[in-house]
Amino acid sequence: MDLTHSPADEAFRAEARAWLRAHVPPDPLPSLETGEGFAAHRAWEAELAADRWSAVNWPAAYGGRDATLVRWLLFEEEYYAAGAPGRVNQNGVSLLAPTLFDHGTEEQRARVLPPMATGEVVWAQAWSEPEAGSDLASLKSRARRAAGGWLLSGQKTWSSRAAFADRAFGLFRTDPDAPKPHQGLTYLMFDLRAPGVTVRPIARLDGRPAFAELFLDEVFVPDEDVIGEPGQGWRIAMSTAGNERGLMLRSPGRFLASAGRLHRLWQAQGSPESTKDRVADALIGARAYQLFTFAAASRFLDGESLGPESSVNKVFWSEYDIALHETALDLLGTEGELADTEWAERYVFSLSGPIYAGTNEIQRDIIAERLLGLPKGRR
Amino acid sequence: MRFLLDPEQRAFGDSLNAMLAAADTPSVVRDWSRGEHARGRALWSRIAEAGVFALAVAEAYEGLGPRPVELAVAFVELGRHAVPGPLVETVAAAILLADLADPGPAERLLPALASGEAVATLAWKGPYALDGDVATTRLALTRPGLLLSPGHGPVRPSLDPARRLTPLEPGGELLGRDPATARALAYARLATAAQALGVGQALLDRTVAHVGRRTQFGVPIGSFQAVKHRLADARIGLEFARPLLFGAALTMAPADIAAAKVTACEAAYAAARTALQLHGAIGYTAEYDLSLWLTKARALRTAWGEPDVCRAEVLRAHALSGDRRW
Repeated sequence: MDLTHSPADEAFRAEARAWLRAHVPPDPLPSLETGEGFAAHRAWEAELAADRWSAVNWPAAYGGRDATLVRWLLFEEEYYAAGAPGRVNQNGVSLLAPTLFDHGTEEQRARVLPPMATGEVVWAQAWSEPEAGSDLASLKSRARRAAGGWLLSGQKTWSSRAAFADRAFGLFRTDPDAPKPHQGLTYLMFDLRAPGVTVRPIARLDGRPAFAELFLDEVFVPDEDVIGEPGQGWRIAMSTAGNERGLMLRSPGRFLASAGRLHRLWQAQGSPESTKDRVADALIGARAYQLFTFAAASRFLDGESLGPESSVNKVFWSEYDIALHETALDLLGTEGELADTEWAERYVFSLSGPIYAGTNEIQRDIIAERLLGLPKGRR
Repeated sequence: MRFLLDPEQRAFGDSLNAMLAAADTPSVVRDWSRGEHARGRALWSRIAEAGVFALAVAEAYEGLGPRPVELAVAFVELGRHAVPGPLVETVAAAILLADLADPGPAERLLPALASGEAVATLAWKGPYALDGDVATTRLALTRPGLLLSPGHGPVRPSLDPARRLTPLEPGGELLGRDPATARALAYARLATAAQALGVGQALLDRTVAHVGRRTQFGVPIGSFQAVKHRLADARIGLEFARPLLFGAALTMAPADIAAAKVTACEAAYAAARTALQLHGAIGYTAEYDLSLWLTKARALRTAWGEPDVCRAEVLRAHALSGDRRW
């Protein structure tokens, strides 16, 4: 049992730190949930990619550095400690890319990953539908066979980043006669600018178009954009939920940096007694999350998978994130009401955590049934 | 970086768990609470034979330690089985004696603590020591220094009936002036955090078993979402306390230990509240064994560092070292 990093890993960390010190923009970029901010964040991804820092854990062939999971964690610590911008291609890098590594073809990886790494192609996700949120398997959007591919029809909604993104990935029903709802689904990628796609941005609580509705009318998708076998979409989508994705959705580096920021804010406000415990809990929670992740990473290296543990992880970080930002706004007092501050935007973003990627109620069901072995019941 | 217990450490925990599971600890605890210590002392000897106390004693004094990771592994199991007695105090006493400027008291007292022949207790800057009537080495940290107390006063009941609080008689042999206490406090806090984590796990396990068995409205109450979600939250709390505990055992930094202590004790206490609620009136009875863990979770919360003391320690360390501590 050992928490120290090897000299080679520390050298990697130092290299990342030096690069970030030289490149991180001195002032924060405009919000990535705006047209101007999206473009600025895209340019930042290109700058990262030019020196192969945008997806460090990918093989070098696709623009990565073959970094181990541990090195990825160290990179993330450095990245957020340096105050670097949010990642506009998070959907692609942390959700689609792992799926392509596990289930895609060599041709798909060679075609999709390099432009993802540079920010040239930014990905939105297209999971939810108006009638399929937590009950994702009941989705109705269809893909029917056409010459050389598929035709998509239906509606997706709450698609993160879709207001400005280039492409999207998600599940579609290819066999409406399958006996169970989660059967007969197919995982595919499509172009948000293809004929038949209408994107209608949705304003988030703060008015920024952080997501969108997608109306799909006979949108052609070539066979080369189907991931895995048709009908296997549910299994493919869920398999990445239990592996590194469970960790890569939110790296500890983010929370260590947020807790540090909160601590500095608390000190700047005169270290008020009233919020002392909540600030301490933010620092402690970030450390707990870091160590929990180190333990999970160590298990991966032993060839284990995370499985339902990723649900434990998800409930923790999403609630932690809100508590931290609520504390910040309370510390700011009347200033905390201003909507155009970084704290306010981070707070609004944190509110989505317990809802997306499987609501925390769904996660608690998973923990109770799969980790604790409690009986299934009426939902 | 490999942040997992190695196979020997896991096997050590498993063997302690098996030994304690076979020892019928609930009835040992009930004897102990009545002041009948024979079975508790016998169990103490078996715990010592397994090497637990030796882990807190340096090799120079016939021990194997100090080995904080193994101590944490052991104390999780001691908590899981609600083992009674001044376990944490014996560890703290061993460290305190080893840190005295004069090696005389350590040479005289430590081998018997490591072997389990002697049981130590400690009044740490406060009026009470745990189980002063059982302990053979009674230490009091007072203004002049560390005293070997000649006896104890009347037993006061604790909220946890197995924890018997005793004032120590004033006076006695002065073992050392102004002893260094930081390391003893660190080990005591670490062991308490581990014990609390074990207590919390036992509460969760027993409650999961109960809600699977207990039926109301024709179904196991464990199938109700309100019940499941409370238990899921208890699991999450314990799950995040564990890495803090072992991280602290590796670094032995006071802020890491304080973070582990407050988190493990809060998680165990939350698990206790959930356990009581989901057992209903059954859990509210002293007769039902769950009470042995419920009351301990409450007592450990304030033993060896109240929550706010631990949080203050974390803030102090961050203020001193900036925000790249972790």
